[in-house]
Amino acid sequence: MLARLASPRTGGLLALAVVIALLPLALSNKYFYDVAILVGLNAIVCIGLNLLIGYAGQISLGHAGFFGLGAYGSAVLASRYGWPPLAALLATTGAVAMLAYVVGRPILRLRGHYLAMATLGLGIIIFMIISTEDKFTGGPDGISVVPFSVAGFALQGERVWYWVVGALLLVAVWLGLNLIESPTGRALRALHSSEVGAEVVGINAAEHKLMVFVVSAVFASVAGSLAAHYSGFVTPSKVTFLHSIELVTMVVFGGLASTFGAVVGAVVLTTLPQLLAAFEDYEMMVFGAVMIGTMIFLPRGVVPSLARLLRPRRAGGAAGKDSLA
Amino acid sequence: MKFTQAGYRFKLGLAAAAAAFALVAGPAVAQQPIKIGAFLSVTGGAAFLGDPEQKTLELYVGKINDAGGVLGRKLQLVAYDSAGDAEKARTFAKRLIEQDKVDVIVGGSTTGETMAVVPLVEAAQIPFISLAGAVVIIEPVKKWVFKTPHTDRMACEKIFVDMQARKLSKIALISGNGGFDKSMRAQCLGVAKKYGIDVIADETYGDKDTDMTAQLTKIKNTAGVQAVLNAGFGAGPAIVTKNYRQIAISVPLYQSHGVASKAFIKLAGAAAEGVRLPAAALLIADNLPASDPQRSVVVNYEKEYESHFKSDVSTFGGHAYDGLMIAVDAIKKAGGTDKAKVRDAIEATHGYMGTGGLVNMSATDHLGLDLTAFRMLEVKGGDWTLVK
Amino acid sequence: MSAQFMQYLLTGITVGAIYALVALGFSIIFNASDVINFAQGEFVMIGGMATMSLIAAGLPYGLAIPLAVAAAALVGLALEKFAVEPARGASVVTLIIITIGASIFLRGLATLVWDKNLHAVRPFTGDAPIAIAGATILPQSLWVIGVTLAIVLALSWFFGRTLLGKAMLATSHNRLAAQLVGINVRMVLFMSFGLSAALGAVAGILIAPITTTSYDVGVMLGLKGFAAAILGGLGSGLGAVVGGIVLGVAETMSAGYVSSAYKDAIAFVIMLAVLFFLPSGLFGKRGGDRV
Repeated sequence: MLARLASPRTGGLLALAVVIALLPLALSNKYFYDVAILVGLNAIVCIGLNLLIGYAGQISLGHAGFFGLGAYGSAVLASRYGWPPLAALLATTGAVAMLAYVVGRPILRLRGHYLAMATLGLGIIIFMIISTEDKFTGGPDGISVVPFSVAGFALQGERVWYWVVGALLLVAVWLGLNLIESPTGRALRALHSSEVGAEVVGINAAEHKLMVFVVSAVFASVAGSLAAHYSGFVTPSKVTFLHSIELVTMVVFGGLASTFGAVVGAVVLTTLPQLLAAFEDYEMMVFGAVMIGTMIFLPRGVVPSLARLLRPRRAGGAAGKDSLA
Repeated sequence: MKFTQAGYRFKLGLAAAAAAFALVAGPAVAQQPIKIGAFLSVTGGAAFLGDPEQKTLELYVGKINDAGGVLGRKLQLVAYDSAGDAEKARTFAKRLIEQDKVDVIVGGSTTGETMAVVPLVEAAQIPFISLAGAVVIIEPVKKWVFKTPHTDRMACEKIFVDMQARKLSKIALISGNGGFDKSMRAQCLGVAKKYGIDVIADETYGDKDTDMTAQLTKIKNTAGVQAVLNAGFGAGPAIVTKNYRQIAISVPLYQSHGVASKAFIKLAGAAAEGVRLPAAALLIADNLPASDPQRSVVVNYEKEYESHFKSDVSTFGGHAYDGLMIAVDAIKKAGGTDKAKVRDAIEATHGYMGTGGLVNMSATDHLGLDLTAFRMLEVKGGDWTLVK
Repeated sequence: MSAQFMQYLLTGITVGAIYALVALGFSIIFNASDVINFAQGEFVMIGGMATMSLIAAGLPYGLAIPLAVAAAALVGLALEKFAVEPARGASVVTLIIITIGASIFLRGLATLVWDKNLHAVRPFTGDAPIAIAGATILPQSLWVIGVTLAIVLALSWFFGRTLLGKAMLATSHNRLAAQLVGINVRMVLFMSFGLSAALGAVAGILIAPITTTSYDVGVMLGLKGFAAAILGGLGSGLGAVVGGIVLGVAETMSAGYVSSAYKDAIAFVIMLAVLFFLPSGLFGKRGGDRV
């Protein structure tokens, strides 16, 4: 029983639940709740992105595009066309999943830099469309979004949203961990080490890569829809190349192939600008330096590097990717 | 100059921390500083707006404090850089309201950031003076939201009035894809008919584009164009102006108030000759006749800003000056920082002569400027001159 | 109509020449190290901004330009030394993040060294437009096209005739073999960053009088230079130049004849199309994967 608690899956999940439950004691006003909610939403996107980058070994420099589509889809359907927010959310998620499926096939045939550039291009095109079609999207100034309501009960206020996002974060982590332990997850890890090798053993690389791509797009889209309802407002600033970079940095900083690493990355890099607010002149430089420094000194990310330090040496095997959560 | 800024910010940071502790400890309210909160686009694409705004606020908060403060209390500026990002603006506004517990907010350099913050401000019931341009900020009127810059619709109207006087009725519109551009373009298309203006060509360019000759060539080849209006902001209009002369379009060119600055002339060079635009009197402060009621305000502001920061004065900084002064006057009139009383006092602003013009607000008008607040300027001999 | 076409063509070639220079910078670094240098656009920015402030300080063009190019080259060398070299052998993702981090860092540094405003730079030889077949072109555009041509010729001489150039070329074909014949691959990498930075800076200086310069002018130019490099084939010098010109002309033509609203998107749509249907670009090496 204790051994199960110590396992990354149950133990880590439990620890996260405890943190989420106890955190409000430290959050003394709505502003802190606000930051916590933003962290949670970013973390959800990062968990999905981590599946793509860390486990499947692909890369996406355009994930802010999926986030933005989720946000705008919900915003436009719910606010402009009066759909019930839940229906708007589901419809948008479905549409984004389909888009990811259709676009994913040709994109995932590419590797390395070419894949990076293709996802970059996709993200930028999404941004430009959203920015230009102002009749639907309100253009660069954005549009306001109605609050999220289900069966007459509206989600209003930071405290309510905190619990909603906290619960969803736990669900996302649980999904992520489950996926990794499943046959699909093992197939992904095989893919990551050697795509050709995996194919030789009978794993359909293209199908699995596509599936992970769609899953990560869905995570981003749902987070985007929620973010739109929470903020009450959407603008294209969340759909930019810079935001895509921030997301990738969170994943890589926190730890590739580590779901909890993705959460840690989101926590650190979402709160960093808030802490640096007094040094706004230097913020860009610090952010850039953090990115470079992490990649040079902690190339596996924070959580795996820490885990390596704390884990006792195992006989007969490296603490490889599959021993990390 | 940079040191002064860093010094202010460091002092402000310490003071903010100290004030936060003081508030938590809960002593009597009497001699606590009056907190002015601000979120401005000091970096990013709208730095052209936010940078002079922040400098102005810092300068004048300091001057007011040196002169004894307001109602015997010092002013304290808590300013954040939202970098033109509406999400950041929203978070910082929340921080100002919940964490820093400011008494009034002067800020929101861009329309996107302002609109994102409006629901917060209405819910928290704190007076907010916006420094952004679009008419949608004050139309429909929101109880706690005011603004100091002229609206984009007023700019269109001022331009169209001038076109009417020059008997120009068929025009081409060219604008960028930024928020300011799109908003102004929509407003101009909306009011054109009222002034007998017919828009027969409508081109757009990307805000980061380095060349607009393609779009301008299309306009040049459209028959019957009598004038061109560039509803633009940022780098684009300077390039449009240069390209305009390069391909030798001879009809008059109008720019927007978004580029009402000496910097525009420096960027566009000789091509700017003959360009007209609507602007606040601040731009031609020294050339105003002595009898002009706005002269003393704008000349003083220009002198202070230029001597302190060694750079050209900016109309956007002027809006921040007006916002601060209106807020401070309202606090004086309300006798304190009770938010509802301050709000009422702001709404009752009457006869305030600012860098933007004469301000007369009311329950239905949270801007208070009329078309006389805009002057039509033309570039002559490499500098701005008053038309007529 | 043909005067219009001529105008679009001339403008497109001017802009395309800048994209070509940026794309050349990408290709050179990619060839030496398989690294896509996301900070390439910032070299363009440094070239323009440095020239602007040196001229404002009173230096003549003849001094300001070489100094600005040298400054950018130094930044490029520093980038290689402090950011890329320590991460030798790292994965694609890591290297991408490092160069993106570098570009953000450099932009932040630029706002401190200079400022956030737009700046004008005097054209080299005046700005009286020249008429060609019913269209007009600025003298500065002639400089852009002319200097780009000169640089392309100089580079082909460099790579074809000089020892260092041939060493760089050899490294790009097969790093191991180059090492085996005694080429100092690390030095090649080092120099390639310096060379790319210099190229980027020249592009920035050439275009600054036409477009004004500021601390973030490198972002879009960098991305479009990418697209041009991919179109022409990553790693191919000829591809970079052709890709740049084609991209520039395609942009202005579509803005002129189709719609100006999505002009910026053209570059990325073309890039995606190339990646989907012809990943190695027009002139790139059609490689196979090693298992």
